[in-house]
Amino acid sequence: MTTTATAKNMSSTRPSDSLSNETLIGWLHQMMLIREFEVRTMQAYSNAHIGGFCHVYTGQEACAVGTIQSVNHDDPVITAYRDHGHALARGMDPRFCMAEMYGKITGCAKGKGGSMHMFDKPNWLFGGHGIVGAQTPVGAGLAFAARYEWEVLGTGAKKVCLCYLGDGALNQGAFHEAQNLAGLLDIPVIYIVENNGYSMGTSIGRGTTMPHDLCLKAKGYGIDNLLIEDGMDILKIYDLFKPFADNCREMQRPGFVDLHTYRYHGHSMSDPQKYRSKDEVKGVQERDSIDLLKAHLIEDRQCLTEDEVKAKQKEIRKQVRASVTFAEESAEPTPEAELYSDVYLNPEKNLSPLKDYHDGAPNALLDAQD
Amino acid sequence: MTTLQTHPAVVRDVEGLPSREGDRVIQFREALREAMEEEMRADERVFLIGEEVAEYNGAYKVSQGMLDEFGPKRIIDSPISENGFAGLGIGAAMYGLRPIIEFMSWSFSLVAADQILNNAPKMLYMSGGQWGCPIVFRGNDGAGGQLGSTHSWCVEALFSNVPGLKMAIPSNPYDAKGLLKTSIRDDDPVFFLESERMLGDKAHVPEEEYTIPFGRAALLREGDDCTLLSFGRPVHFCLEACDALEAEGVHCDLLDMRTIRPLDIDSIIESLQKTNRVVVVDQSWPFGSVASEVVTQICERAFDHLDSQPVRVNSDDVPTPYAKSLEQEYLPHTGKITAAVKKTLGLS
Repeated sequence: MTTTATAKNMSSTRPSDSLSNETLIGWLHQMMLIREFEVRTMQAYSNAHIGGFCHVYTGQEACAVGTIQSVNHDDPVITAYRDHGHALARGMDPRFCMAEMYGKITGCAKGKGGSMHMFDKPNWLFGGHGIVGAQTPVGAGLAFAARYEWEVLGTGAKKVCLCYLGDGALNQGAFHEAQNLAGLLDIPVIYIVENNGYSMGTSIGRGTTMPHDLCLKAKGYGIDNLLIEDGMDILKIYDLFKPFADNCREMQRPGFVDLHTYRYHGHSMSDPQKYRSKDEVKGVQERDSIDLLKAHLIEDRQCLTEDEVKAKQKEIRKQVRASVTFAEESAEPTPEAELYSDVYLNPEKNLSPLKDYHDGAPNALLDAQD
Repeated sequence: MTTLQTHPAVVRDVEGLPSREGDRVIQFREALREAMEEEMRADERVFLIGEEVAEYNGAYKVSQGMLDEFGPKRIIDSPISENGFAGLGIGAAMYGLRPIIEFMSWSFSLVAADQILNNAPKMLYMSGGQWGCPIVFRGNDGAGGQLGSTHSWCVEALFSNVPGLKMAIPSNPYDAKGLLKTSIRDDDPVFFLESERMLGDKAHVPEEEYTIPFGRAALLREGDDCTLLSFGRPVHFCLEACDALEAEGVHCDLLDMRTIRPLDIDSIIESLQKTNRVVVVDQSWPFGSVASEVVTQICERAFDHLDSQPVRVNSDDVPTPYAKSLEQEYLPHTGKITAAVKKTLGLS
């Protein structure tokens, strides 16, 4: 049976009430970190230190932080290419994230992936995927395996996998196949549509049917679904998402979340944004997710002061600047060591007519874990 | 030795493998099944998913009886949804399981191309060495017999172009079992190509445990006149060609490559040093084919040993036809192979 929950049917005690001040201050820190990180990302991109395609997360911070903080650290997470926010929310050291975009050997993927391929094994982040919708069957597979681990191997606890996608991915066949499999095989994957209203430059109504109620798309596959209309208020996200995710975990069933949000910048760094007005962007920014949480902590909970926020901002600026310095000062991967490594785990001879493959340098991110 | 045996005798093989002679004669499909069953008994992380693999007992009866032994959590019927279940397998492999993905036909893998080509073989590189993808994709490849052009795909040329994957193409039950066990144990994605036309082939498959390493060809016939090499079903066309040529006094080395990525180029060159002539038989279309690749590698590495231009025999360069007469002519059949060998010898 499918149910659509909204803010209306929430009880008077909110799940977020039980969150400690420290926890919420930590969330604010993460959101501010993502915001500041993307400022530096854009700067580095403009200065041609970062190449390729680059999609910043600014505006959507509450989505990644609010949902990831609703699950356990060893629940697998997978996302699309607008992935810096998820990486940082999962706990990736910003130095490794920035170094990846700089194409350095200290990057999380040793400079072989770039902006769209943030992977973090110690933090259970399975990428960073570039093809729209392609991560959705893989997300089903991660959740399938987690369930298999619990049910067949008997070595794990009940888990859920968070699989993020943009509203543009709703129209990819892969996503529909993934939903059908998840519904059919009782796979505990939660598809979180970060619905920012635009797939590249195409507004949602021009790209998908029934844009007024995306949950209908999950109902067709018998998947429990949840509408979160205010993706700017992290407490509301948590209040709705936490019990939803807990239920998916307990029932070992899939879920679908239509999470309304907004991106402040273009689809990618090369997007002139002619499809929307500056007023539209400005209007949304008046209810900014970071401002809302700040106000809650300062005014409602009175556990934080303006001065402490300023100090935090200063600390974060320093941390992000250090990540840029780290990226700048890190070495580039050398073709001798890295071009032909990490292609095969078992690099036998005669796999290529050009060269034999070999093992590469250890991944800095895995090293840091030890 | 029994007359039912359809597998080729072997002149030279990897050392230490059990004998191919004996009376434990089983079908190719049973050899595949034994490989999966043995690996599933040994490693609980291994599971099989595909269309009709469980309750129907396999569209081609490869997985017959496996549901009874392993249950529905490990032998999983999938809807007709290749992109979905191929991707599911990839996620499961990243997480740490050992999926076997059965495509009824590799022709149907084209709708899963993004998953099997973009995700499985590139995951290790894209993640900077953090996550590999230990997965086996297996199913029928090539013309199954009047199935028309959309159902008769030979994917070996197309897919072996992609770095990060391995590709095994057995020609007989004995090799099928040994190679599939190696594939399941390998940490990298393996594309395992079978043939509907060979699933009923019978041969002795020993009881004892064995695996066949990748990148090691088997020498099936021995001769000084020309090196003939192939993989998969066309190996049988080559054997017929060898018989016909031997009647005319022409003797070939026949190499069954068994895997094309890795490719045992060393054995090819070793044979060439003796014969100085080579014919490559490949059921892909000629343009950008496996044969093109093998001939190129030969020219790059052993040009001085050639007394005659290398010759390739492929399927004809047209969509696979339906009519029996056309399909038979289309394949890299015995007549094309004998003509090619004669060409290298200046006998045509």
